[in-house]
Order: sequence, then structure tokens, then C-alpha cells
Amino acid sequence: MKTVKKIFSNQIVIPLAALIILALFNLIADPSFYKITLGLNSDGNPVLTGYLITILDSGAELAILAIGMTLVTAASGGQDISVGAAIAISGSVMLRLLCGPTANSQTLLMPIACAFLIAMVVSMLFGAFNGVLVAIFKIQPMIATLILYTAGRSIAAWINQNQLPVVVDPTFKYFGGYIPGCPVPTAFIIAVICMIIIGLVLKFTNLGLYTQCVGINERSSRLNGLNPTFIKILAFVIMGMCVAVAALIKVSRISTINYSVIAKDIEMDAILAVALGGNALSGGKFNVWGSIIGAYVIQFLTTTLYKFNVSSVALPAYKAVVVIILVVASAPTVRDKFAELSKKMKSKKSVKEAA
Amino acid sequence: MTEKSKRAKTKVPMTDSNILLIITIAVFFGMYIIACALGLNNNVFTKPQTFMNLLNENAALIIMSCGLSLVMITGGIDISVGGITALITMTCAMNLDVWGGNVYTAMLIALGIGLAFGIVQGYLIAYLEIQPFIITLAGMFFAKGMTTIVNSSPFNVQNEAFNTLRSTRLYIPFIGTVNKAGKFVNAYVEIGVIVALVVVILMFIMLRWTRLGRNFYAVGGNPQSALMLGINVKRTKFTAHIICSLLAGIGGFVYFMHVGSGSPSHASGMEMNAIASSIIGGTMLTGGVGNIIGTFFGALSLNTIKQIVTSVGLSEAWWTNITVAAMLCIFLVIQSIVIARTKGGKKEGSEKEKKAKK
Amino acid sequence: MKGVVLVEQDVLLTMRGICKSFPGVKALQNVDFTLRRGEIHALMGENGAGKSTLIKVLTGVYSKDEGDIVLDGQTAVIRNPQDAQNMGIATVYQEITLCPNLSVAENIYIGRGKDKSVKWKKMYTEADKILENLDIPAKGNMQLGNCSLAVQQMIAIARAVDMDCKVLILDEPTSSLDEQEVAKLFKLMRDLKARGVGIVFVTHFFDQVYEVSDRITVLRDGQLVGEYLIENLPRVQLVSKMLGKELDEQEDLRAEHPAFEQEAGAAPIFEAEQLQSNAGIYPFDFYIKKGEVNGFAGLLGSGRSECVRAIFGADKVIGGTVKKNGKKIKIRRPIDAMKNGIAYLSEDRKSDGIIGDLSVRDNIILASQVLKGFMRPYSKAEANKLADEYIKLIQVKTASRDTPIKSLSGGNQQKVIVARWMLMHPEYLILDEPTRGIDVGTKQEIQKLALQFASEGMSVTFISSETDEMLHTCSRLIVMRDRKVVGELSGEDLTSNKIMSTIAGGEDK
Repeated sequence: MKTVKKIFSNQIVIPLAALIILALFNLIADPSFYKITLGLNSDGNPVLTGYLITILDSGAELAILAIGMTLVTAASGGQDISVGAAIAISGSVMLRLLCGPTANSQTLLMPIACAFLIAMVVSMLFGAFNGVLVAIFKIQPMIATLILYTAGRSIAAWINQNQLPVVVDPTFKYFGGYIPGCPVPTAFIIAVICMIIIGLVLKFTNLGLYTQCVGINERSSRLNGLNPTFIKILAFVIMGMCVAVAALIKVSRISTINYSVIAKDIEMDAILAVALGGNALSGGKFNVWGSIIGAYVIQFLTTTLYKFNVSSVALPAYKAVVVIILVVASAPTVRDKFAELSKKMKSKKSVKEAA
Repeated sequence: MTEKSKRAKTKVPMTDSNILLIITIAVFFGMYIIACALGLNNNVFTKPQTFMNLLNENAALIIMSCGLSLVMITGGIDISVGGITALITMTCAMNLDVWGGNVYTAMLIALGIGLAFGIVQGYLIAYLEIQPFIITLAGMFFAKGMTTIVNSSPFNVQNEAFNTLRSTRLYIPFIGTVNKAGKFVNAYVEIGVIVALVVVILMFIMLRWTRLGRNFYAVGGNPQSALMLGINVKRTKFTAHIICSLLAGIGGFVYFMHVGSGSPSHASGMEMNAIASSIIGGTMLTGGVGNIIGTFFGALSLNTIKQIVTSVGLSEAWWTNITVAAMLCIFLVIQSIVIARTKGGKKEGSEKEKKAKK
Repeated sequence: MKGVVLVEQDVLLTMRGICKSFPGVKALQNVDFTLRRGEIHALMGENGAGKSTLIKVLTGVYSKDEGDIVLDGQTAVIRNPQDAQNMGIATVYQEITLCPNLSVAENIYIGRGKDKSVKWKKMYTEADKILENLDIPAKGNMQLGNCSLAVQQMIAIARAVDMDCKVLILDEPTSSLDEQEVAKLFKLMRDLKARGVGIVFVTHFFDQVYEVSDRITVLRDGQLVGEYLIENLPRVQLVSKMLGKELDEQEDLRAEHPAFEQEAGAAPIFEAEQLQSNAGIYPFDFYIKKGEVNGFAGLLGSGRSECVRAIFGADKVIGGTVKKNGKKIKIRRPIDAMKNGIAYLSEDRKSDGIIGDLSVRDNIILASQVLKGFMRPYSKAEANKLADEYIKLIQVKTASRDTPIKSLSGGNQQKVIVARWMLMHPEYLILDEPTRGIDVGTKQEIQKLALQFASEGMSVTFISSETDEMLHTCSRLIVMRDRKVVGELSGEDLTSNKIMSTIAGGEDK
């Protein structure tokens, strides 16, 4: 009984349950949802196809961003809404470096890895900017990041003077597509690498403990020798790293960039992923794996809806309904009410039995 | 003692609200006067119609910002207003051109949508105590999705009565400019501006002179204290969200009148503009501080700076947003300094907010 | 023994059989309380005895589990603070419950009255009148946040007084007031009493109780001890009723542990010279020797906490030097102090001590972990082992090491924090009010621990509001008044009287 209770009090239960319900729903509605085939794509590479693969592939960016968003949420008690705009900046920097100022270079001007690293540094700097506003000027995270949210896409356009550079080199396509000979989507591999890295970091450093301490009680943390300002900024910088990785996948998928559309509203999905993962948006204790599962719940839902021919524009409405159900189900007040109700039922029952 | 000497001083320190309000108004007029003085863009700023157009274009934004300021004063947030606006434009457009409704039913629909969102969101936020950000985010998603479910392709409204209403111009006597033909042309405003001004005035009166209005401030200042002082905190928050969504309904219709078409892409990102207007107008997201007049000038400042940026020759589209962001940044830093200054007086307190409820 | 509840004509309020429990704690068990018209009724008890809970039940902040409240002969249903207010129950809470962003006048009037509109001018003039009557140095149109804490407290009282209430509850209203203000408050209370208002007065200060009260109700551990007329209950008995034991039972702790022998030649391990922080204390000198237990004595707000905070680097140090074994060390932030072997258990456990949502284990290892470094976390097994070891050593009562610390009782939370600093193996341990808000048994345990640590060679600074505790533990006391060090007492001088007179300024010997 106790272990059962323990399992149910774990925060991962709700996103996991949501995932299982979605999976069961698909299994009943149409088992072919789970069909995975190995075929050849247009370049003649062997690739896996199927809805599950689509979920793993297109959920990659969200899962990566969810990692950063979880840390930001935990440390600062607020959310970063500039993620989409920051992806635009990071992607724009990458393309500018690869295609040059005239945006029409036919060859890569520098190795992709090099461009990626520079873009990562840039987006870490923007992360630090957000972090400084939050940690030093004590501006609420959502509002502080509203600045970059407003300016980000414009900055991205400015970097390339509004031109649309197209990367011709086929290797650039690998990150959002497939590496020849490997049938698994590269984006998923990158996401798994990111998960492994964060897993190792959480295991072999004190990032998790420190972030939670700062998020729960900043004053106590300081008196225990921590530097809350630094840790908050660090969280935003890590968010910046995640943004750069997501940006690489995003621009690689289409080999170019559309400043106003790329990664639009992805910040909202990332925040949702954190909330669905059972993490309090007011900060403190966190579970990265919950957020990652949350990200895939969102993607699973999206793909399921696509499969049932819901148009991509109408999708948010369904998503909203699911989100509200999940959030209401996990709200403490609602839980308390249910607990009270079941208690009453029980006492009634026992009274009856006694009679 | 020292207290006696304190008493002797009649000078009362300014409240946070007032300091921020004065900064906003000064910045707006400062910008506008400088723009006039520099004679930017062929003296366009000196023409009364430029100012009126500022109002014409931002009437909807002003109305929504008022709602957002209210919610922010109570310590909450609402990011669904842009989505609600899109839904209203589409539903009203369909109502007028496809479903055979008239202008009045369209207005009722707009109000109804606003009210419905207000009730649901308000209930979830105030009584079930779910984070407002998530609820209104879901509200935004829902509204955006519903818009395309109602009709996915944008179209211009053909309804005659509506088009007469929307092109109605109210000319202002004695104010205007002499045109090229040497004829005096009065400046005009659209109907939406009148609505916006009425909303601003009503909201200002409500927040300043009614008991309910002051309760909003109390709840935002310190919910725990407000409860102890005998204020029904949940109901107050609920009311704030209903008013905000209702204003989003009104603002949505004004927006609809201004653009005259229904489209899922309408008003996207408007919630952030409204939040920015409120912040520039001196409303603090931490709650308890804010002023509707400030919000009004905040919305105007936001758009004046955009105009100025384009007229000084930075015509590339990106400069507007970058300047707006820079302005936002400066205002936020000023606010942060103001908060730091007040915090000196009351060290503890904020720590104890973690609900004594349980 | 329970006090006899008399059925009298002038009974205003009766609370009968009140029970209230929180997860894991029975805060109130079957408590009765009776208030009569025109009396000042002191509600006494140790921290955690249930005074605040009883008051919060009466004012509708908490809902009671069981029991009845009868007001003016009618059963009262109080679901929230509004109900209480409407029934004529006005309250001034210990922590200030006003809105700092509103004006003073609004804070007096908000949440009551029937007016739908706000008439500012009228409100300001009326507020000014009230403030003037009570001699409060504030204006109606000032923003409350700009007033000092004492003035804010007075404004809260003004609000309650103006409410035309039948019952006035004062929950430790005097803690931030100076003597004159207290005198004003007492005059006010007597006026109200003459008007027939029933006043419930909660305070820790015995003098104040005996000055104004008519009757005393004593609570202990959530249970009623009894109700007494003030004449029938001498102070000594009151104390023993509050503590639940006779006074002479209190053992002399220091007898068990040999007092620290101050060797004339021994050099101090830590020294501070002209140390000054931005928290408003005057520069002070300080030293401590190995194995010594000393303390800072002084009233609340005299600067004793600020001194140790300056040594630990918790407040910004703006002048002076700290030496360790004669060598100058630089302490800018707490981590610097920790690296030099200083540990600081802070005064405010809730906001400066515990990390509420984290487990007992994480709370225990935190400080050592921070010292150990970012890249070198304890392994799970190590952390568990250390946590278990210290839970056992310091006898923390917890369900498991994984229990969140916030669900422990105050005393056990404090023990966890002690364990945290012990795990760091400091050379110098600062205990700032380690016994505040915890039960008597744990208080003694913590004092014993401090002495035990010292006998093992650690230097300890022990600060407490209760002089007795300091006398039991410290061999040298630094006395503070008005943010200044005014004296040092040791050896023969360590008596209660001597401390009092030094604190007071040595006028009444």
C-alpha cells in the first residue's frame, strides 16, 4: 500500500500516465500507428519511417529546450519566453558564418562545427543577458525575457540583413535529417546525447542540488556558501546552450531560415513540457526527466492529432484542452478536494458497516 | 524625540505608483516634443492627425492593456488576449458575412467570447489556484485553434452596415491642418478611440474611487495581508480576470472594426505588446502598483517610439522592435531600482508569503 | 487541573472544545477559552503552545476541526477573516498584515464598511484624526511601505481600535514598539476596556502581562492548563505552569560540563578588530579562544545578530579586519567564512536556515557539500550514510532521511541545521538563537550539545534572548545596547542581575 502511494506521489506519474493513455488510444483507434518500416529515402539512404519515428524526430528540439527550461524554472522561479527568438538569432548567426555576408556562398565558409560553436557562444551570451536582468536587477524572468522576445527575431533579421541564406552543402542537412547509413533520425540522436550529458552533469556535479536550493530558499542558500546570482545566471546560460543545439536542428531541417516563423511559439511548448513534467513553475524542486517526458507527450499528442487529420493550425485548441485537464488534475487544491471527498466516502462506508 | 521631528515634516514621500506614472508621462511628452522639434519626416509629428492616427491605430491595444494592467495589479498575468482577439475577428466576420447576423449580434458575440474566457480562466486561476501563466497560455492556444476551426482562411467583411460603422469618422472641431489645396481639414478619430477613452476613464475611476478598485491593489500588494484585512482575495482575483477578458472582448471588437477582416493571424503577439504597454506605463508585474493613465501613455509611447524610429531613417523593419526592446529594458531597470529603494523600509514580510493556509 | 469556567452574565465570547490539527501535529486539543466584557485577558504559553493557532481559529484564518464558538450568546460560524471582522472581532497580528503598497489611510479603512466608493479627502482627514489621537507619527496619505515597522504596527492597532469591535485580539503587538509606544498602547487598551471591549492579549513579556491584564489563560503543548485571575497567580507559578515543571527542576547544565578555564596566556583563535557591516552596527572588537563558549547579550534589535553576521560575512562588511590564529583573513561572503572553519546557525530558521522542500539528507549535507566543491558531489551512498549518522548522533526525530525538512517540527528542523554545521567540522560555531520557537526539551538538548562541542575543542558563540540559557552555557558574555558593545562579563560577574544592569546602562545597581 505504501509503495503504491509512493509511486502515485511521484511527479512523473502524470506525464507518464498521459503518455500511456495516448499510446493506448492510438493502439485501439488504429494499431498501424505503431508500424515502423525500414525504407530508402530520396537520397537512397536506409531510414526508419513510421509515426513513432516522427514523434522521436520532431520532438527532439522540444526535449532539448525542456532541459534548459527546467533549470531556468527551478533556479529563478520563472520562465524564459525568449527561447524562440533566441533560436532565430542562433540560427541566423550560424547561416551568416556558413554563407557569408552576401548569403550566396556556394561552399561552406567554415566548418559546421566551428559555426555551431560560435553560435552557441552567442546564444550563451544572450542567456547571460537574461540571467543578469533576472539575478542582478531582480526582474521577473518572464518580463526580463520579454525584452529578447521582442527584439530577438529582429536581431536575427539584422544579422543577415534580411537575406535568406541557403546552405547548399548536403552535410548540413544531416543534423535535421539522416546521416547516410544510419536509419535513426539524427535529431533524436542529438537529443539523446543532450539527455546523457545532462544526466551525467546532474550525477557528477552539484548542479541539481544547488539549483534546487537557490530556487527554494535564496537567503538560506547564500548563508550556506552558495552564490545565488551566479547559479541563476548559469541556468540561463545553460538554456542558451540548449537553444543553440535546437537552432542547429531547426535550420538544418530546411537548410535556411525564416526569421519570423522559425521556432514560433516553441517557448510556450517548452514551458508546457516543464509543467506537464510535474515541475512547479514557481521553482524549487525539479525533475528533468519529467520535463523530457512532458515534451514527448506534447509531440505524441501533436502527431496523433495530425494522424486524425486535424489541421496544424487548429491543433492548439486540442492541445489546450489536454493541458487544462492535466493541469487541473495535478492542482494541489483539486487533489485536496478529492482526498477530502474520498475520506468522507470512506467514513460514510464505515458508519454504514458499523450499523 | 525623533518622531516628533518626523511629524513636523509635512512633505510626504511619493508613492511608487506616482513616481512611475510621472516617468511615463514625461517620457511620452518628451519624445513627442523632441520629434516635433526635430521636424522629423516633414514635420509629420506636428500635424494633429498624426496624433489622432496614433489613437486610431492603438485603440484596441489601449483597451486590452487596461485589462492587463488590472490583472497585473492583482499580481497575475493574462497572455490570452491576443488569441481572444483573433477568435473574435473571425467569429464576428463569419457572423456578419456567412451566418447572416448583424452588427449587434457581432458585438454580443465579442462580449460573450470575452466573458466566457474570463469566467473559465478566472475560476481556474482564482479558485483552483493554478498558475495564471499556464491557464492563460492554454487559453491562448485554445482561442487560436478555435479561430481556425471557425474558419481557417482570412477574408474581408462585406457586410454594409458594418463597413459604414467602421468607416465612420468623428471629426474634431477646430483641430486640424490646412491641406495642399489650402482647405482646412479637421482631424478625425474612429469610433474605437471613443470606446477606448471611455474604457480608460471608467477603469481609472474604478481603480481610484471604488472599494473594489482598491481591493485589487490590496490583493496585489500582499495577498496574505489582504485576506487578514477582510478582503475576499479569491473573488477579487476572479473579478479581475473577468474584467480583463471582457475588455479583451471589447478590444477585440474595436480591433475588428479597425481592420475589417477576420484572420487567424490577427493580433498575434498582441498580448506581449499589451504587457509591454502596461510595464512602460508603470505597472509592476509583482503586483500592487500601477495606474491606468500610465498604461494609456505606455501604449502611446510604445507606438510613438516605433514611428520615430522609422522616421529617423532606420527604415529597416528590425529597428523598431530592437528600439522597443531597448526601451522596455530601460523601464524595467528603472522599476527594479524603485523596488530596491522601497524594499529598504520593509525588510521582512515578503518571506512570509508562503501561505499560512495549510 | 482545569480552570473552572464560570457561567457569568457578562461573558462575551466562549470557545469550547476547540481542536485543530495540522499534518503530523495536534496544534490544539480540546481547548476552552472564555472572554468577558471589559477585561484584558492574557493568553500565555511557550512558543508552539497553540496561542497563535487558537487566535487564527477565532479570526477565521484556520478552520477548526472541532468545537464551538459562542459570541454574544449566539453560535458563531467564522469561515474567513471577513466573517470575524463583521462580527466585531478585530485583530492585530504579530507579523504586520497590512498592504505596503497602499496609503496609510487605506490600510486603516480597507476591507470594512459598506461604502462602494472611496472618498479620499474624507478618508485622509479621518485617518489623520485617528493617527493624531493615538499620537502616531504618520500621515494618512503616506505610502505604508515608507513607514518604519513600529509605525506600521501602530497603524495596524489604530485600524483595529477604530473598528468599533467587541473583541480585540492583540497577538504580540509590542515586539517592535519602544517603551513610550507601549505605554500609549496600554492607555488605549484601558480606555477600550472601560468601554466594555474584551481584549485578548498575547505577549512574551511578563511585566506587560502583570501591568495590564485581569486574567490569564495558560496553554501548553496545544492543551489548556487553566484560567486564572491575575491576583491568584504569581509570576513563579505562571512560569512553572507554562513550562509544565517546577522551577528548581531546571538543572544546572554547566555543572555537568566543566566551565571553560580561561588560560591567561592562550591566544584567541578568531579575532575581529573594528569590524563593521552595512546592517547599522557600530564597529566592534571581538575574540574567541579555542574551546570557549561565549555569547552576545542584549535586547532584540541591540545588534547581537548583526555582529555575528558580520563575522560570518552574511552582511556586507564595510570595515575592520578578522584574524584567525593571528593571521589576517578576508571574509567577503559566507563561503569565505566557511572555508576558514566558521559555521553560522542563523536566527531566522525558516527564511535563513532550512531549504524547506529538500529532504533531511540534503539539508544535512548541504554546507559540507558546498565546501567540498561543485564538481565533487557526495555519492548517494555516502550522503545517506552521513545523514543517518548525524540523524542518530543528534537524535533528529524524522520518519526517514528522505522526508522533506519542512514537515518536521521546529525543534527537529533546528537539530537538522545543527547537524548540517557539525558535519562541516567547524573550528568555530556560531549559534544565533538556536532555541527560539522549539520545545523545552529540545532547548536543553541543544544547550547540552553546544557545551559538548566546546569540550571537544570547538569554539562556540551562543546567542539567546533568554538570559538563563546564556548563563547556563557561556563563560563570557559580550553585552550590547543600541548596536554598540557596552560591556563584557565573565567569571563572578555572570549573574542575571549584572547582565540586566549592564544592558540597561548600569544605572540601577
